[in-house]
Amino acid sequence: MAIQRRTLFKDRVTELRRGRQARGSRRKQGGMAVTGGASRRRLMQGNEAIVEGAIAAGVRFYAGYPISPATEIIELMSKRLPEVGGRCLQMEDEMAAMAAVIGAAVAGAKAMTASSGPGISLKQENVGFAVMVEIPCLIVNVMRGGPSTGLPTLPAQMDVMQARWGVHGDHPTIALAPWSVRECFDLTVRAVNLSERFRTPVYLLSDATLAHLREMVTLPAPGELELVERPRPSGNKRDYVPYRPGPNLVPPMADFGEGYRWHPDSNVHDEYGFPAATRPEVADSLVRRLCDKVNLYADEIVQVEERHLDDAEVAVFAYGSVARAAAQAVADARAEGKRVGLLRPLTLWPFPDQAVARVAERVKCIVVAEMNLGQLVHEVKRASEGRCRVVSVNRIDGLMMEPREVEARLQEVL
Amino acid sequence: MAALAPAANMAELLQRYFLIERLPTLWCPGCGIGTGAAAFMRAFDRLGLDRDKTVMVNGIGCSGRVGAYLDFDVIKGTHGRSLAFATGIKVWRPELKVVAIMGDGDSAAIGGNHLIHAARRNIGIVAVVFNNRTYGMTGGQYSPTTGAGDAASTAPFGNIEQPFDLCKVVAAAGGTFVARGTIYHVRQLTTIFEHALQHKGFAFVEVISQCPMYYGRYNKQGGAAEMLRWQRDHTINVKAAAKLGAQELGDRMLIGELVNEQRPEYAEEYMKIVTQAQARQGGQG
Repeated sequence: MAIQRRTLFKDRVTELRRGRQARGSRRKQGGMAVTGGASRRRLMQGNEAIVEGAIAAGVRFYAGYPISPATEIIELMSKRLPEVGGRCLQMEDEMAAMAAVIGAAVAGAKAMTASSGPGISLKQENVGFAVMVEIPCLIVNVMRGGPSTGLPTLPAQMDVMQARWGVHGDHPTIALAPWSVRECFDLTVRAVNLSERFRTPVYLLSDATLAHLREMVTLPAPGELELVERPRPSGNKRDYVPYRPGPNLVPPMADFGEGYRWHPDSNVHDEYGFPAATRPEVADSLVRRLCDKVNLYADEIVQVEERHLDDAEVAVFAYGSVARAAAQAVADARAEGKRVGLLRPLTLWPFPDQAVARVAERVKCIVVAEMNLGQLVHEVKRASEGRCRVVSVNRIDGLMMEPREVEARLQEVL
Repeated sequence: MAALAPAANMAELLQRYFLIERLPTLWCPGCGIGTGAAAFMRAFDRLGLDRDKTVMVNGIGCSGRVGAYLDFDVIKGTHGRSLAFATGIKVWRPELKVVAIMGDGDSAAIGGNHLIHAARRNIGIVAVVFNNRTYGMTGGQYSPTTGAGDAASTAPFGNIEQPFDLCKVVAAAGGTFVARGTIYHVRQLTTIFEHALQHKGFAFVEVISQCPMYYGRYNKQGGAAEMLRWQRDHTINVKAAAKLGAQELGDRMLIGELVNEQRPEYAEEYMKIVTQAQARQGGQG
């Protein structure tokens, strides 16, 4: 154990040195690579890809608070956003950061914040506010081990249920989980688009591994990206009814300061934004609509990647950085002639019920690999409805899940 | 929008800025918040400001319902976070006038951190605090401005905490406009609001208000009229006070403009950074 710790420490020192070198070289480039268009091929870390993805998606406002392992995001934003006409605020605390994001979003900005477990816990009251008054924004959680301050700079996937239920009260959740640096970029763009389309906060769930992982990526040119804008009202400003749902149940959202004069009120409110706590039918229809506007369109939100599932007897369900180990384990097992496959959700919420059900129909067992003590495994069990066995493989010690751990579990169930 | 002539009377003021269909207010009889809100709108009206370039942020509590009756863009935010919401709005749209209306529990307890940091940044927000020394909405608990020895529903044996002097707190944190008024001195309060609305930077106005229903009842201060008299007898204009010694001042609170100075405003400073960064980039992005 002692040796292992020492090796780990040495690796991390090397990684830190490399990081410092890379940061140095980035300074020399002056951050030109992306906007300059000369070279869209770059070596970058996950946190950096999130920054570039957000800017490419049109995010022009960031408010945050320093916290490992998300800090690079606010550091890079503080340089990049002014360059593209945006603003980056370091607020006095996490609650203020979330509130400032909402303020800017109400005034028309595509806005975001990023943090890690302890900070995400603090943000919850205003995440709930954004859900209730329907403010689009992006929240990046670079997951580290918990509970509490836990493992400050080491990876985990312990916040996947917090993303779903951290906010009190019934509400929908959209949460995406990238597994590579390039996907950090792509899913950040998608998360911003989804938040705009559905007028709701969207989580991007990264982790400490992806945050600091460096990979060569070729970024798409700005014109290649499809960007979504929130529905905005048209017509006479005096006729604006702020919470009258448009098509797809999403009401059009006016920017503050344009004369629409509306009240985002987090109490249960009617179509006019008037508090309506004593009108049961209003309370009922509002919360149902908030959930339905997302859940009825789950098909369009859920993305999964499937590998070798056609003939698989056993499937591995894995997401985020753990899916890298799972993919390797599956490839190794197949090289040995084992009929195994991989189901990798890119969307964790809404949960990919149908994809899991389809797989559960065909395999005898699903192995759920997670860096927690078993959180999404319960969702897999629910969605598979007893059609197959569901077992877990877990790791919570701050070290990455390795392919051999997944392979060992596969051997047990094959 | 062309500026209108100032409203001739209260009925016209109400008609112009308030959502008449949402009246009556939820405030108790004798509460000072409505008088203070009307004074604020009177000041706004006198200045002929464009309401569609003015946005408001409210918190939670009795003062947190002011915005509910106003025909403006109003965020009715979470408890204590008004200034943080307002900061996001102001930095994104520096040309807007941003007003945060809070209470003492809202701004000084749960939102105390945001208050001192907004003051420190000198961000262009008009921050109004209705200080009635209690949590009225939840039934009269003690707040950070409740006096030591006062009674409250959560201090049945007397409050053992020392109160904040909010103006001193904000001034110490770097607020560039700090003023205190009372509901009794409503004309002076209106003038203070006018100056606060014209100030470039963080403008803080503490309004000493009365809550006869809870604070007044628990502390045997009588009804609204007696509490207003108390405001008259326990305050002194800051200019008059300058001529008096500490002994003559007694326990009277200073009212008027306590701080009024110029320092760079935050959103404006941030926009300089944007201009510089974009110039360095050669206008890219």
